[in-house]
Amino acid sequence: MKTTSTQELAEIAKKAKTWACYDCGKCTATCPISRAGATFSPRRQVLATNLGHRQEIIENSALFVCLTCGLCDMRCPVGVGYTDLVQQLRQISYHEGIEPECPHGGALQSMMRMMAKGKTKQERLNWLTKDLKVQQKKGDVFYWTGCTMYYDAFFPDFNITTLDGTRAAIRLLNRLGVTPVVSPDERCCGHDLLWNGDRENFELLAKHNVKLVEASGAETLVISCAECLRTWKLDYQPFFEGSPPKIMHITEFVAEHLDDLKFKANEEHMVTYQDPCRMGRHLGIYDPPRAIMETLPDISLVEMPHSRKRAVCCAGGTWSNCDRYAKHIQVDRLREAKSTGAEILVTCCPKCQIHFACAMKDPNLHEEIEIPMRDIATLVADALAD
Amino acid sequence: MTPTKTKRAKKAKSTQWNPNIVVFACNWCSYAGADTAGVSRIQHEPHFRMIRVMCSGRIQPGFVLKSFEKGADGVLVSGCHIGDCHYIFGNERALEQFDKTKNMVRLLGLEEGRLRLEWISAAEGARFAEVINEFTAQVRKLGPSPLNSDNRKR
Repeated sequence: MKTTSTQELAEIAKKAKTWACYDCGKCTATCPISRAGATFSPRRQVLATNLGHRQEIIENSALFVCLTCGLCDMRCPVGVGYTDLVQQLRQISYHEGIEPECPHGGALQSMMRMMAKGKTKQERLNWLTKDLKVQQKKGDVFYWTGCTMYYDAFFPDFNITTLDGTRAAIRLLNRLGVTPVVSPDERCCGHDLLWNGDRENFELLAKHNVKLVEASGAETLVISCAECLRTWKLDYQPFFEGSPPKIMHITEFVAEHLDDLKFKANEEHMVTYQDPCRMGRHLGIYDPPRAIMETLPDISLVEMPHSRKRAVCCAGGTWSNCDRYAKHIQVDRLREAKSTGAEILVTCCPKCQIHFACAMKDPNLHEEIEIPMRDIATLVADALAD
Repeated sequence: MTPTKTKRAKKAKSTQWNPNIVVFACNWCSYAGADTAGVSRIQHEPHFRMIRVMCSGRIQPGFVLKSFEKGADGVLVSGCHIGDCHYIFGNERALEQFDKTKNMVRLLGLEEGRLRLEWISAAEGARFAEVINEFTAQVRKLGPSPLNSDNRKR
């Protein structure tokens, strides 16, 4: 354990451009957590960083309240990188022995740290069915499964199968004539550890995963999970030895090959789309999923008032900040989804599904906010003509 | 036997590898069961650390996974017999949580033999000793956990 110096804070402030802040307060006005009533304020954190007030930043647990959804980054008129700032600050606060309060008793963090240690042979691919064509070692396309198998084992009472999205993504790749590499040696991408401040274990995971994909010789890496996508596209960049493969979300890959897919007539459905914060604001991928949904026959997309850049986060990104404010945000978002008249809420992040499913368990609000959820890959795969 | 000889004999015995086992026990049954074993002077393997919780229903996957993460070679979860829970249905919750834990442990690639659930009542001192002996033998057979960072030999 060590104490952070003012100089370190100044270094971080420089990187995140917090010195440009002119106290307008738009970040706090737009922050979903502040709007839900918490005393948390991004502007205050920026100010404290600028002034080098270590105690206020590190010892005040507010640092872990932030959803890192990036809404304030979007609004900031001078481009303060608030989300990056939080990532950096959490790392130093982790070094000082301050950790977030982990919901689920820290089980998921333990799972990630065990994977970081490696040494065990995971039973990762038991969910593969016979109709899915995959290969294990080398190939042009690597399909990154993410940790959906763990989530399904851990949330059996939520009545959602996040693995369906994973299977559907492989079915789509197969239909496009791709037999992807799916590796049993894949480990968690470390996204949550990084955002919890545990850079050490994140780096262990990053090095292993980058090596794994590089060894497969893949030129394209296709990913279903929005968080894995962000991690691979941004946070893994320093770990590549050669030139990195082309990293794409499954919707980007499918959108490029939409003409090769044939769809059948289906039941008519009105759907609405939840932009995951990692895919939307962090990476700017808004159009491919929408292009796909517009192409699907009998599916019509209605947008929620807060969509694209303004989309509201599912309020639980890094398994670290589940509180009444998070619940409030989820319930509001589900009400918004329902008010569009849509029958299905489509998303492409397993965690959005998990957190909304959790909010829907509220016995008092049950019917008011309940809406079926689908991963976008399952929506497309089910519409494929035979 | 001279004192030095006894010492030597003890030392010879301790060369076999001893596991680090974490035992979660509920306050009302299993912990009292362990107490009964002690009071009755029933000899059993000593290679475990016991963590008392008020009810086995409290033992969530996070506890068990953290133990394994930190290098425990085995984890034993124990509580009152079904129907005997001090809080009426706590052990039924424990069972649900244990199923989840078991699935996670399997996915992570740890041997299932490292994790066990047992119902032990306050009167079952002998049963407690038996379970501990059995489980220690079982874990000893499996050897050190792959996640155990110090390189103790088998």
